[in-house]
Amino acid sequence: MTTNGKPKVAFYWCASCGGCEEAVVDLAESILDVVAAVDIIFWPVALDFKTKDVEAMADGSILVSFINGAVRNSEQEEMVHMLRRKSQLVIAYGACSHLGGIPGLANLWDKKTIFQEVYHEGVSTVNPDGTEPQPELDDQGRRVTLPRFFDTVRALDQVIDVDYYMPGCAPTPKLTMQAIQTLLSGNLPPKGAVLSPDTALCKECPRIDTKPEDLAITEFKRPHEILIDEEKCLLAQGIPCMGPATRGGCEALCIKGNMPCSGCFGPPGRVRDYGGKILSALASIVGSRDDAEIIKILDSIPDPIGTFYRYSLPVSMLRRKKMEAVASEKK
Amino acid sequence: MSDNKNRAVQETLAKGAAKADASYMSRRITIDPITRLEGHGKIDIFLNDQGDVDRAYFQVPELRGFEKFAVGRLAEDMPQITSRICGVCPTAHHMAGTKTLDDLYKVEPTETAKKIREMIYNIFMVEDHAIHFYFLGGPDFVVGPTAPAAERNVLGVIGKVGVDTGKQVIAMRRRLREIISTLGGKVVHPVFGLPGGVARRVKPEEQKHFQEVAKEAVEFGKFTMKILEDIVLKNKDYVDLILSDAFTHKTYYMGLMDKNNHPNFYDGDVRVVTPEGKEYARFPIQKYLEHIGEHVEPWSYVKFCFLKKVGWHGFKEGADSGVFCVAPLARLNAADGMATPLANELYQKYVATLGKPVHHTLANHWARVIELVFAAERFQQLANDPELTSDNIRRLPTETPKEGVGVVEAPRGTLIHHYKTDDRGVITMANLIVATQNNSARTAMSVEKAAKGLISKGVVSDGILNEVEMAFRAYDPCHGCATHSLPGSMPLIVRVRDLEGNTTATLRRDSDGRIHKE
Repeated sequence: MTTNGKPKVAFYWCASCGGCEEAVVDLAESILDVVAAVDIIFWPVALDFKTKDVEAMADGSILVSFINGAVRNSEQEEMVHMLRRKSQLVIAYGACSHLGGIPGLANLWDKKTIFQEVYHEGVSTVNPDGTEPQPELDDQGRRVTLPRFFDTVRALDQVIDVDYYMPGCAPTPKLTMQAIQTLLSGNLPPKGAVLSPDTALCKECPRIDTKPEDLAITEFKRPHEILIDEEKCLLAQGIPCMGPATRGGCEALCIKGNMPCSGCFGPPGRVRDYGGKILSALASIVGSRDDAEIIKILDSIPDPIGTFYRYSLPVSMLRRKKMEAVASEKK
Repeated sequence: MSDNKNRAVQETLAKGAAKADASYMSRRITIDPITRLEGHGKIDIFLNDQGDVDRAYFQVPELRGFEKFAVGRLAEDMPQITSRICGVCPTAHHMAGTKTLDDLYKVEPTETAKKIREMIYNIFMVEDHAIHFYFLGGPDFVVGPTAPAAERNVLGVIGKVGVDTGKQVIAMRRRLREIISTLGGKVVHPVFGLPGGVARRVKPEEQKHFQEVAKEAVEFGKFTMKILEDIVLKNKDYVDLILSDAFTHKTYYMGLMDKNNHPNFYDGDVRVVTPEGKEYARFPIQKYLEHIGEHVEPWSYVKFCFLKKVGWHGFKEGADSGVFCVAPLARLNAADGMATPLANELYQKYVATLGKPVHHTLANHWARVIELVFAAERFQQLANDPELTSDNIRRLPTETPKEGVGVVEAPRGTLIHHYKTDDRGVITMANLIVATQNNSARTAMSVEKAAKGLISKGVVSDGILNEVEMAFRAYDPCHGCATHSLPGSMPLIVRVRDLEGNTTATLRRDSDGRIHKE
């Protein structure tokens, strides 16, 4: 382990896609400044992967660990506990670590139903012997192991104590660079802070001027059903856009691509249940007072969970589908 | 009495078996984790009594279960949901999902939409292949497979090709990715795909910029090929290594081809050739279930694809085994030529040198650069297309959705999405066959063959570290994540354990690239 006096920084990934790693790589030339300022002592995807070396370090000797991905299996759980011990600060980096993320939608199922689909029922799966991956396997005297797959996906702060959160799927290079600079400055924000502006996305949306004062929606449109105007507020076009209930900081990237915000930055401060917040924001612009009509309008959002809780199911008040309910759905 | 006697016999037998097991288990080598993969990976190597490799397991210790939690989602959200399978190649999943929506709604995208999609896709292929050449697989050749480990990385590459070139690569990557951001909203998880088209048109002033970047990309492709030729192909040792048996497997090959049997990353029919190079199958992706099956092993979370009509007969090569190969080497084997002039010229030279089909896994690196040139040329053709800036970017779906299948060639090979929905377009079934799975059997075989070729009489040499890695790295195991391995190092720990699982020897390579015995 190097002892050059530079602050030590670690990057680790759990159940994730590698997009958060790309987000760091997308610092492009700036990554050279980062490398000059800190000593990256752990980054399995790019540098020396030595769990053992981190284990050998004194507790608290890493200034900050950036951990992305949700916690889906036993190996990830063990790794984040170890990194917590070794780190002064832990940042939940990206939507999966912050809120559970898209892999968190697996909380609508459990291990058994997921294995059933992937290893038995998948239409191209050919598995006459009913084989499943085993945590411990004795293959003719050879002991081969795999991490244990959990029933429930968890966000990072449901497993370990987290100091700060970097939102986004993926976080932007700009916010990442700002966060690194803030942490190195020693002028730390209050614990628990989300390192992105605490305002709704609409505030930084280039279409804000086309958002009517009082929206009255009589039917929600799905993006493939209409030709989307490239200048006009998406909500004004009837498309569910999570902007009003979502934290800003991304500079409205998806909207610049002429598609609605899907909510990857999560809520602004003090919102307990982000999906509930979006639901209430959208419900408030439904332009009807007639119960039957309201139900019809809400029916034009056929997947409320995937629409409102796409990135945040594990940290929501719903958290997961009840295990008994999943079990009763099994064939 | 006879019970006691039986018990004694049983005990004796059990002891004998345990003894045999013990000697069998006397050596186990674990490489955990391997890196420069998108995701986690691990290799367990078991030695026999003589200390030679009995079996090596190339394991994927991870699963997220997208097929299951896709159920209940809206079909139009699938291109964005499935892109989260891989943040390194999100564009591949986004595009496969979008094309599946075309098929689901039976809506043909407008000509302009197809051109925008194909242009974005080829931009993505250029940056992705470049990353592999300069940062991941390339160092093994550009710097050298037996070069000191400390130099066998991107800094070593820069040392060979010059700092200016290094900066050029970073800048090229950024400029290409900026175009994807412009058209797709984000580059990590773009949002442009809709059934029948794309969400956003190309503005005339943007087209001019795209043309400039395309011109640079073609020059960049030529330049990359020159580096490959000068440093790799003119070096007899490297050519010998590429041709060596330890890195050779004769399998079936698969790729997406246009009507002239030229590879097309965005669209076409799937073509499969035999280990002898003869056409075995050619089919539209809607028929994939007739041809591709997924086999399950208890020691990995990944499934292993095979040709259904040949059947799964284990991790074996040859025409009697259903194991097949995808990605650059396989695509060029399944092709009769390339669709753009410069790439075709390079392809002819490649075939003239190596013959056809090419069974040498490490030739993937060469094939990849030819594909990079093709993608750059195709990008340029599309960037120059006058129709690119038309407003006609969407055809609205009118059919009731039911079932759709879509395909693209991801950098790492053929990628298939298959959805079924109810009348409202809510997913009732999703099946995803990703490139890594298509290559997973052959990759596992390559790792095992390299291990067998390198480990003898229980001697674990330092050299094993890089060469075992080279066996899987040639397949481009999801790449970009590892691109910024700045101060080098392929982090590896090799532990030799006794039968109780105690470590008897550990070799490790540090971040400075040096190898230590502990």
